[in-house]
Amino acid sequence: MEAQASHLMASGGPSHRAVGADLGGGTYDRAHRGTVGEIRVEVPRMRCTKVNVHYGDKHAIHDVSLDVGKNEVLAMIGPSGCGKSTFLRCLNRMNDTVASCRVTGEILLDGKDIMAPEVDVVPLRARVGMVFQKPNPLTFPKSIFENVAFGPRIHGLVQTRAELEEVVVTSLQKANLWEEVKDRLNDPGTGLSGGQQQRLCIARAIAIQPEVILMDEPCSALDPISTAKIEQLIDELRRQFSICIVTHSMQQAARVSQRTAYFHLGDLIEVGDTDQIFVKPQHQLTEDYITGRFG
Amino acid sequence: MSETNFASAEDKMFARVEAGMKRRRAAEKRFQWYGRCAVALGLTFLVVLFVSIVSNGYTAFWQTRVTLDVTLDASVIDPQGSRDPEVLRAADYGGLIKATLRDMFPDVTGRRDRFALYGLISNGAAFDLRDRVLANPQLIGTTVSLSVAADDDVDMLMKGHIDRDGAEADRRIKDNQLGWIDQLQADGRLERVFNLDFFANGDSRDPELAGIRGALMGSVFTLVVTLALSFPLAVAAAVYLEEFAPKNRWTDLIEVNINNLAAVPSIVFGLLGLAVFINFFTLPRSAPLVGGLVLTLMTLPTIIIASRASLKSVPPSIREGALGVGASPMQAVMYHVLPLAMPGMLTGTIIGMAQALGETAPLLMIGMVAFIADVPNGVFDPSTVLPVQIYLWADSPERAYVEKTSAAILVLLLFLATMNAVAVLLRRRFERRW
Ligand SMILES: Nc1ncnc2c1ncn2[C@@H]1O[C@H](COP(=O)(O)OP(=O)(O)O)[C@@H](O)[C@H]1O
Ligand SMILES: [Mg+2]
Repeated sequence: MEAQASHLMASGGPSHRAVGADLGGGTYDRAHRGTVGEIRVEVPRMRCTKVNVHYGDKHAIHDVSLDVGKNEVLAMIGPSGCGKSTFLRCLNRMNDTVASCRVTGEILLDGKDIMAPEVDVVPLRARVGMVFQKPNPLTFPKSIFENVAFGPRIHGLVQTRAELEEVVVTSLQKANLWEEVKDRLNDPGTGLSGGQQQRLCIARAIAIQPEVILMDEPCSALDPISTAKIEQLIDELRRQFSICIVTHSMQQAARVSQRTAYFHLGDLIEVGDTDQIFVKPQHQLTEDYITGRFG
Repeated sequence: MSETNFASAEDKMFARVEAGMKRRRAAEKRFQWYGRCAVALGLTFLVVLFVSIVSNGYTAFWQTRVTLDVTLDASVIDPQGSRDPEVLRAADYGGLIKATLRDMFPDVTGRRDRFALYGLISNGAAFDLRDRVLANPQLIGTTVSLSVAADDDVDMLMKGHIDRDGAEADRRIKDNQLGWIDQLQADGRLERVFNLDFFANGDSRDPELAGIRGALMGSVFTLVVTLALSFPLAVAAAVYLEEFAPKNRWTDLIEVNINNLAAVPSIVFGLLGLAVFINFFTLPRSAPLVGGLVLTLMTLPTIIIASRASLKSVPPSIREGALGVGASPMQAVMYHVLPLAMPGMLTGTIIGMAQALGETAPLLMIGMVAFIADVPNGVFDPSTVLPVQIYLWADSPERAYVEKTSAAILVLLLFLATMNAVAVLLRRRFERRW
């Protein structure tokens, strides 16, 4: 406790250069607010430009520009309250459901602006699926089968019962859940363990064949073994989908992602290849965060 | 040295905590006792209430009947022998009953005595006899054994509510009548049976014929109208206000007004119903339809408030889960939020319906307090409702209405209990899907 405090003080003092030097970072000092690193990728799935979010008078996201590449896992890290969830929820316009929330800027999905007022959020959310922090199996319809079948059914993706069963089975298989639930597809989804519920939510999301899957701290309510299973699953899913994952675990970001974005108080501070960010952060704030000086 | 210091310091701490503990335990005990006393007091009142109602009311479920051997004289009933139902219906059955009584007590002469004798039998006897003959005209010319209701005063005497040793002037049953009753009893012609009339008849000026059915059906029809209107309206309003309506000055104003409506005295709704439904829309007076409309106005705010509270308590993760896979807001609400909020909405509804069932004041304003002998067959027929019937009977001077009042209260409570049971069952069904 004391040691940490002195650390913080030291990093504020003239000696912080020396600390930063361990990792070779700290090229940009704490006052710098423009995004450091390459925000664009060659083949983007989503492209955000100058996104700002306000909750009433509170300016929660400032001028964030960022790409989500095809077949990549993009991790978003940062201290809590820095706006990771808020930014993530812009990507499928989930913030529309918050009355006080106002989003401006440009967000393209496959080159088309999803912020345009004429865009219908319902099909958008079929293309950009979401998995939440707390596993939330649908409770009505409640069965495991119905949970996965719900999306394809409401979007009219299947014509026959056989097709529907096919989709459900493959989704559960892709979510690595099939073996565990194949004998009890009609049991309620709420009866599964937390990790299984979260994989059920992932199966539910991939059943509608999205292009992007957004995950908001999907493992924060899970035990280490379930977490490991989900991380492995994310790595497999990358082959088919683009994935944006918010996580508060830097190890997790390092394990599953190809690119990492570091947020701080509503600013996107640094973006880069995950290897580079964790080994050689360029911004002092990023370095402070990943070396555990705050967060 | 330092260790002993520590020990004594610790002891001191312990002693202080221990001293405090005594006080805390005592406070806790006292608090529990307050609670127990409150529960016991509540239960006592409940028991007193039930005992007094049941002890006053249970006798109403029994009835004294007299068996008469009535000779169905063809020359009285159908002098032409046409067997025309119109003729049969118009015949003087009362006269036949009186003749039977005169035959049974040949010593009773004088006009006044005969009147007193006829008074032992209910006025309903003639109708019973008529119905019997109409149903089976072959009986004409034979002698039938007919069990008819005794007059309410006889009934009261048999139930011990009239003191036969009191001064004759204070008694509704005079000495000569007592003699005849004793004779009937000695002949085995008096019997005590389950009071079917009470459940089969509407209201009546003759207590022995008065039944609860009219009011019961009136209550059923009124509540059906209330439920059919208020539940869907209230749920729709609550869902809209809670899930879809923008939050602005207008919706705030609406919210405040709904909360205020819930506190408006019910008689005001009665006046409103009178002015709007009866005077403006000229709907029939005293009809369960109008009663149901008025009670709908009264229960709507209650159900809306309860429904909104239960919608609020559905965790946002449920909505997000559905929206996250691309359900439209309506699909999310209909398939996911509403079923989870349903138990709470049902609770609110049952509270509202229980209020409506017990409501009297607004129904007085729309004429449901009138004396109505016929059992209503639909929502347009004039009728009354259980609480109003209770009020009417409680207000009647005859001794026999005392037990009827309590019996009607029992029926009302039973009705309420049934309604609650249905609601609990429904709620279980929904809760199991959670
Ligand atoms: N619904 C909301 N209404 C108002 N402010 C909000 C709301 N949601 C989040 N915020 C604010 O926006 C900021 C970013 O929040 P959030 O995106 O949840 O952070 P993170 O997910 O990084 O912890 C916080 O300061 C938070 O207080
Ligand atoms: Mg968050």
